Amino acid sequence: MAITPPMDAVEVIPAAPRSRWVAGALAFSRRRPLGAIGAAVVVLMIAVALTATLIAPYDPLAVDFGAMLAAPSAAHWLGTDAYGRDVLSRLVYGSRTALIVGFGAALVGATAGAVLGVGSAYFGGRIDLVLQRFMDIFISFPLIILALAMVAILGNSLPNLIVAITIPMIPRCALVIRSSALSVREMPYVDAARAAGYGHARIVLRHMLPNVMAPYLIMMTAFLGQAILLEASLSFLGLGVQEPTAAWGLMLRGAAVEFAEAAPWMGLFPGLAISLAVFAFNLFGDSLRDALDPKLRTL
Amino acid sequence: MSRYIVKRFLLMIPTLLGVAALIFLLLRVIPGDVVEAKFMTGEGQGLSSAVMAAERAKLGLDKPVWQQFAIWVWGLLHLDLGLSMWTGSPITEEIKLRFALSLQLALMATLVATVLAIPLGIVAALKQDTWVDYAVRVFSIAGLAMPSFWLGILMILAFLIVFRWLPPMVYTPFWVNPWQNLAQLIWPALAVGYRYSAVATRMTRSSMLEVLREDYIRTARAKGLWLKLILVRHALKNAMLPVVTVIGLEFAFLLGGLVVTEQVFNLNGLGLLFVQAIARRDYTLTQALVLLVAFVFIFTNFVMDVMYAWLDPRIRYR
Repeated sequence: MAITPPMDAVEVIPAAPRSRWVAGALAFSRRRPLGAIGAAVVVLMIAVALTATLIAPYDPLAVDFGAMLAAPSAAHWLGTDAYGRDVLSRLVYGSRTALIVGFGAALVGATAGAVLGVGSAYFGGRIDLVLQRFMDIFISFPLIILALAMVAILGNSLPNLIVAITIPMIPRCALVIRSSALSVREMPYVDAARAAGYGHARIVLRHMLPNVMAPYLIMMTAFLGQAILLEASLSFLGLGVQEPTAAWGLMLRGAAVEFAEAAPWMGLFPGLAISLAVFAFNLFGDSLRDALDPKLRTL
Repeated sequence: MSRYIVKRFLLMIPTLLGVAALIFLLLRVIPGDVVEAKFMTGEGQGLSSAVMAAERAKLGLDKPVWQQFAIWVWGLLHLDLGLSMWTGSPITEEIKLRFALSLQLALMATLVATVLAIPLGIVAALKQDTWVDYAVRVFSIAGLAMPSFWLGILMILAFLIVFRWLPPMVYTPFWVNPWQNLAQLIWPALAVGYRYSAVATRMTRSSMLEVLREDYIRTARAKGLWLKLILVRHALKNAMLPVVTVIGLEFAFLLGGLVVTEQVFNLNGLGLLFVQAIARRDYTLTQALVLLVAFVFIFTNFVMDVMYAWLDPRIRYR
């Protein structure tokens, strides 16, 4: 007679009542006002990205040679660029690029890092040692240089760009998660799961991963801002998003310095958008870290 | 202790070798090679494949990949970085020209960062959760959020519009004309130094906060020691290790990672050289540059680890 492990019987997770979330959000914003401001800006940005078709006053790609390098005015609130394209509309659409790259890279990077980190801590021994050496190698590469090489290999479509930005992030996340997972591994419930005869995959995914959620979330929010910055840098170098797609880093490329005197708004506003977005994500991520795990250090 | 140092030192070798192998492979996966980059554009366009094959053979690109790798590593062991595939001149010469600029910039940015970060971080930690702390945190998070290259663009905008002046755009070595040299490099150093200082400020703050909660600080206070003395003698000394680490590691990256900022200020440093080398598929030069940056990074890490073990007897080294 097989002894069925009792763990599956208690899989019922009580659905969190809505009011608990609201109360949690309120408590968070009262205790961490800076974090709440960051979260509010992030929510606003997401709203702008989702409704870009509705709120952008112009088509972001519409070339208008009648209004080249026009100064900010009632018709073009933030002016136009060298092709007469509306800067505000391009900023609005650029938020889509930034958010897709940011969320895509952070989600994939942090998740892959978490699986590697937890796996490395769980198996220990030689597997851990080998994985650690690999992480060391990748971390010794400067972030932007690894991303540059990846873009050169993969080409610069949007999905490839996300992969190129993700790869340098994985080992950094894996390191942090591994150190948290090392202590989780010693917990009695992991022993219990092992005694119950569960497979490695199940123990790692179902028992250990949920318990490194705090560092995982922290690393993910930290990566969000970094991914947006990295995308902007790559696009600025001409190696990221390509014209005519609206992207903030791309808007700063070339023209911003070339037309510095004639059209300073071209160099001003896209940078402001990048800074505000990354600032908001960092502010939120920082407060999240303080709330969840104050001992963890992120950059 | 000496056993630990030797072991830790030896551990650097597989990591460096791994970096070497990784960049070597990465480069060969990138489509195209130096011969194509050279002759597919410009004057040599449409060369026959026989000429291109001869050209490849001259550079040793026709050999099997493992042989190319062995030749390269063999050269490295003799401290020979080889010749640039694009220009044909020794790589040490190519790098030497730019290294002075990048090193000076990295040093200046480090100076800016340290001078800003340590006092700010300490003050923020001492006044935790007051407006001073909030202000410092906002200042440092803003530093992380603003792309350094945009800060550079802003500076250039301000110079042009407000002062109708531009910093010199041609590099003059410090020993030739220190004034001219500083007038050019101080701006990128500030732009990069701000971001750099943000990283260091946050580390100083969190490390200070941790130390201030230690028992020995309470003991020192309880025996009525002068507060300044506690700060300098007890707290700062213990809180500085992670800060020095962060500064050291950032320095290593600054040396080769200023790819974007160099572009804004029209600086001909290692970062620009790196972008050019990758675009030209100059395998040997790219490999040398990556290895250089990785070496500085790994070596800094090594020095920090040894320092930790030496300064902090609680760390058990095996």
